[in-house]
Amino acid sequence: MVAAVPSIVRADWLVLLFPALGSIILMFYGQRMKRAAGPIATLMMTASFVVAGITFFRIAGRPEGNRSFVHTIYTFFHAGGLNVNVDYRIDPLSITMMLVVTGVGTLIHLYSIGYMRGDPREGRYFQYLNLFAFSMLLLVMANNFLIMFVGWELVGLCSYLLIGFWFDREQAAVAAKKAFITNRVGDFSFVIGLFLIFTHFGTLDFGKVFSSAPTVITAGTATAIGLLLFGGAAGKSAQIPLYVWLPDAMLGPTPVSALIHAATMVTAGVYMVARTHVFYDLGHSAAVVVASIGAATMLMAGLIAIAQDDIKRVLAYSTISQLGYMFIGVGSGAYVAGMFHLVTHAFFKALLFLGAGSVLHALHDRGDITQMGGLWRRIPWTAFVFALGWLAIIAFPGTSGFFSKDQVLEGAYGAGHTTIWAIGVIAAAITGFYMTRLLYLTFFGKSRDNEGVHPHESPVSMVFPMVLLGIAAIIGGFLINGNGENGRLARFLEPSVGPRAVAAVPAPTSAQTPETGVLPHRNGSLSAGALSGIATTAGVGGAVVALAMYGGLWDWQRRRENPGLAWRAVSNKFFVDDVYQFLFTSVGMLVATALAFVVDATWIDGVVNGFGTVTTKVAAVGRRVQTGLVRSYALGILGGGVLLLAFFVARAVR
Amino acid sequence: MAWLSWVLWTPLAGALALAVFPNSRPALIRGWSFFTSIVAFAFSLGMLASFHTGQAGMQMVEQHRWIPAFGATYKLGVDGISLFLVILTTFLIPICVLASWKIEKNPKLFMALLLVLETAITGVFLAGDLLLFYVFWEGMLVPMYFLIGYWGYERRIYAAVKFFIYTLLGGLLMFAGILVLAFHAAGPLGHFTFDLAQIQTVHISVALQRWLFLAFFAAFAIKVPLFPVHTWLPDAHTEAPTAGSVILAGVLLKLGGYGFLRYAVSLFPHAAKEFAPWIVALALIGIIYGALVATVQRDLKRLVAYSSVAHLGFVVLGIFAFSLTSLQGASLQMISHGVSTGGLFLLVGMLYERRHTRLIEDFGGLGAITPIFGGIFLIVVLSSLGLPGLNGFVGEFLVLIGSFTPHRLWAVIGAVGVILAAVYLLWAYQRSSSWRRCSR
Repeated sequence: MVAAVPSIVRADWLVLLFPALGSIILMFYGQRMKRAAGPIATLMMTASFVVAGITFFRIAGRPEGNRSFVHTIYTFFHAGGLNVNVDYRIDPLSITMMLVVTGVGTLIHLYSIGYMRGDPREGRYFQYLNLFAFSMLLLVMANNFLIMFVGWELVGLCSYLLIGFWFDREQAAVAAKKAFITNRVGDFSFVIGLFLIFTHFGTLDFGKVFSSAPTVITAGTATAIGLLLFGGAAGKSAQIPLYVWLPDAMLGPTPVSALIHAATMVTAGVYMVARTHVFYDLGHSAAVVVASIGAATMLMAGLIAIAQDDIKRVLAYSTISQLGYMFIGVGSGAYVAGMFHLVTHAFFKALLFLGAGSVLHALHDRGDITQMGGLWRRIPWTAFVFALGWLAIIAFPGTSGFFSKDQVLEGAYGAGHTTIWAIGVIAAAITGFYMTRLLYLTFFGKSRDNEGVHPHESPVSMVFPMVLLGIAAIIGGFLINGNGENGRLARFLEPSVGPRAVAAVPAPTSAQTPETGVLPHRNGSLSAGALSGIATTAGVGGAVVALAMYGGLWDWQRRRENPGLAWRAVSNKFFVDDVYQFLFTSVGMLVATALAFVVDATWIDGVVNGFGTVTTKVAAVGRRVQTGLVRSYALGILGGGVLLLAFFVARAVR
Repeated sequence: MAWLSWVLWTPLAGALALAVFPNSRPALIRGWSFFTSIVAFAFSLGMLASFHTGQAGMQMVEQHRWIPAFGATYKLGVDGISLFLVILTTFLIPICVLASWKIEKNPKLFMALLLVLETAITGVFLAGDLLLFYVFWEGMLVPMYFLIGYWGYERRIYAAVKFFIYTLLGGLLMFAGILVLAFHAAGPLGHFTFDLAQIQTVHISVALQRWLFLAFFAAFAIKVPLFPVHTWLPDAHTEAPTAGSVILAGVLLKLGGYGFLRYAVSLFPHAAKEFAPWIVALALIGIIYGALVATVQRDLKRLVAYSSVAHLGFVVLGIFAFSLTSLQGASLQMISHGVSTGGLFLLVGMLYERRHTRLIEDFGGLGAITPIFGGIFLIVVLSSLGLPGLNGFVGEFLVLIGSFTPHRLWAVIGAVGVILAAVYLLWAYQRSSSWRRCSR
């Protein structure tokens, strides 16, 4: 399947080269060229996007079974039994990701030009942004686990640099560190998974590992590998228990939140599960864990989002929640649905974040939605595109979110995960609720602005990318995969991720033809139409309830002053952050302090210094022996002689 | 050309020549020292150029009579393990000379000691004769002792004495081991010799191996250092002048790793294998313990010092996991740790020279005030915490993946240290680099 025919992909490394080049140029000249930095970085991304587009059409034009290529550049290192090449893989899965990264990336670069204007470190910003694009492309184009890991860590670095971009703000620096370290915990799991793969396969090459997996490893090993890799995914894609870094990551510039912490980097975990689907197909329990964690995260983050007052924090928890949907998809064996939701989410969540950025831009970085209201009059374009994103995320029929969310839930239901499906429906209602709350409090109702700010609409360079994303958020889903199993994306991705749920569900299969739009391995009795109806009703229902409550039926402002127990739990994020803070920071610091200042300083060094003291003391006593009096020496000699004599006599007698 | 001898003796010759320089001309002294160190570096590059990769065993061997009565010879040689350690040494010394440019207190003696130290270190790496090796090994002690004790900071005397006694103790045990080994080998060989290559051919019973291994182990474990004999390190590193810290962390610690590889493991493989689980346990404790202790240090230099305890734990793990991959990782880790930790000490030294404090709480906003310094600091920090793409990654990764296959638990515990490295390094970076409300 994977042919080593580099001719068709020979130019495709340009996808990687352009952002790398941009980053290098900006590293040296970025700060000096000031205003030119943004356009240069954007140009590089555009070029990269064009190359990715050409690659896509060339691959799509080939017969279905012949769309995967590997291009080896050179040998990274060769040590002992470990041989790692720098090579990249062009196949439908990686191209899908490449298009998302470069496409959404280009728009966000463009938007950033307006957003970052006047920042003293504009050049540095675009350098990091280009570096991020390069790293993310490296991650998705990798053809072995090590290069993937390199990209994985580099996107983490860019995330660190960009969250802490305004490092003169202490909170930003703290958040950046928290993100990096939390991700490191995930990476620990990823790396162990990687070691396990190497131990069993003797290679880290995707092609060799995936093709030989069914014969080389047992289901148990596959499960172990799957779980360990998912540990890494849970870090990068902010799932329970490692999601805590993402809300804090919002302290970075907003376009960064849109690109890295919504559209691309945080979806890397979903991509990884899809890429390594062999392990989840073989180790079914791992897949179930993925779907279950996804469901739990989705529900929890959705609930927390209800009670957040910061516009970006709501969106951050929403992102965590939507990532949960994607994991439900890939964890149910519905890889196409998971990837599909990844793509549509990239459209509408990037849009929502850019919209939020536009709001913040207008309000001079005041993000408290309880202090907003009525903004649609002042910033109509922003309000309009934000509403488009809102329609998509609440899965209003016909929008992109509608199709992808439906297919994810259908996948879960079809795989027999009825509970997960039910949670998904509840989460859909919650999504409708908190997004409507966000939309309404921000743009509608009376203005609650006490500061006397005069908001102004953002420049065209910021509105234009939002409009494009708005269009994609509305019609993108229908165009890409409106047909479910028969959709364009489904047929395109199938050679990469395999027909859905290969042997993942050992359940009886009802012989239904794909033409009816019903999945081949369907369980349960509800039809696709009914499933879709239930989910949509839930989403729109949640929106209606929120509209009614915040639109006047409920005095939310008075209620805020006297919150109930449930509200307090939710607005405090279920106290998870506080528990982590206690366990890892307080207890951890206590242990470390005890080790450093008790064990190391007094015990170990105490023994060491003790030797010194004892030596000195012994010497102090010992030196009294040296009196200089010949008679005492003579006495000593006599005593020694007697002892020696006694010793030899005793030996002779025995 | 006898590259090895040129590399070895050039610094000493330069140091001796310093004697004729007048004390009143410090600029001349510095210039000459820098010149000497650069010449030595150039010779080491010549050695690199004539090295044949892919060829096993010692290369460019030089052997001359030295003390025929004991069978001790002047024998030098270089192989893949020592090659880059020598180059690391000759590379770091010119940097150390530059870092010590502003030393006011007797610069002539300082530079002379630094150059003598270079000869001693290079000698340890190049020696192919046990007695020669031992002479260089102890020879390092004297210049280092004075560098710490005379040019160091507040608690320099305590630190210098501690360093001296610790190292000497290990060294003496090793010397006893060397003598026993030579006497033992004299029987089957028919003559008395200290030539490593000859001694390696002699069969040593497992019982004897155990004792001899432990004797050598004492010296190397202290040098690396292994928990719990590491406490000389934070004091010595912190109190030493910048150049001393760079050399200590950059090269001196590697002598322990090198000693394990070249002597302890290669001479006594059975004993090494037997003791390996215990040694690895100490290394793993060191990885976690060093990282935790580093986290709460208030003194930036002490923090870097403890980070060395953790990082060198990976080297020991790699050596005693006995897989080809992990061994290569350990050798690589020694080099990359030398560069990145050497870099950290230089950066901290720069800070101290400007602010006369090393306490993290006294800094803040470095990234804004000194953007270039902040950028370099960040790169070195990231390299030290093993970010892929920077030099710290490959060594650590190879050590862990190489030890995972034979000993899964070891690698898993070791990998925890990789998380902790991010914790202490990034936390220190954040506190020194971003503004804090309550700091000056």
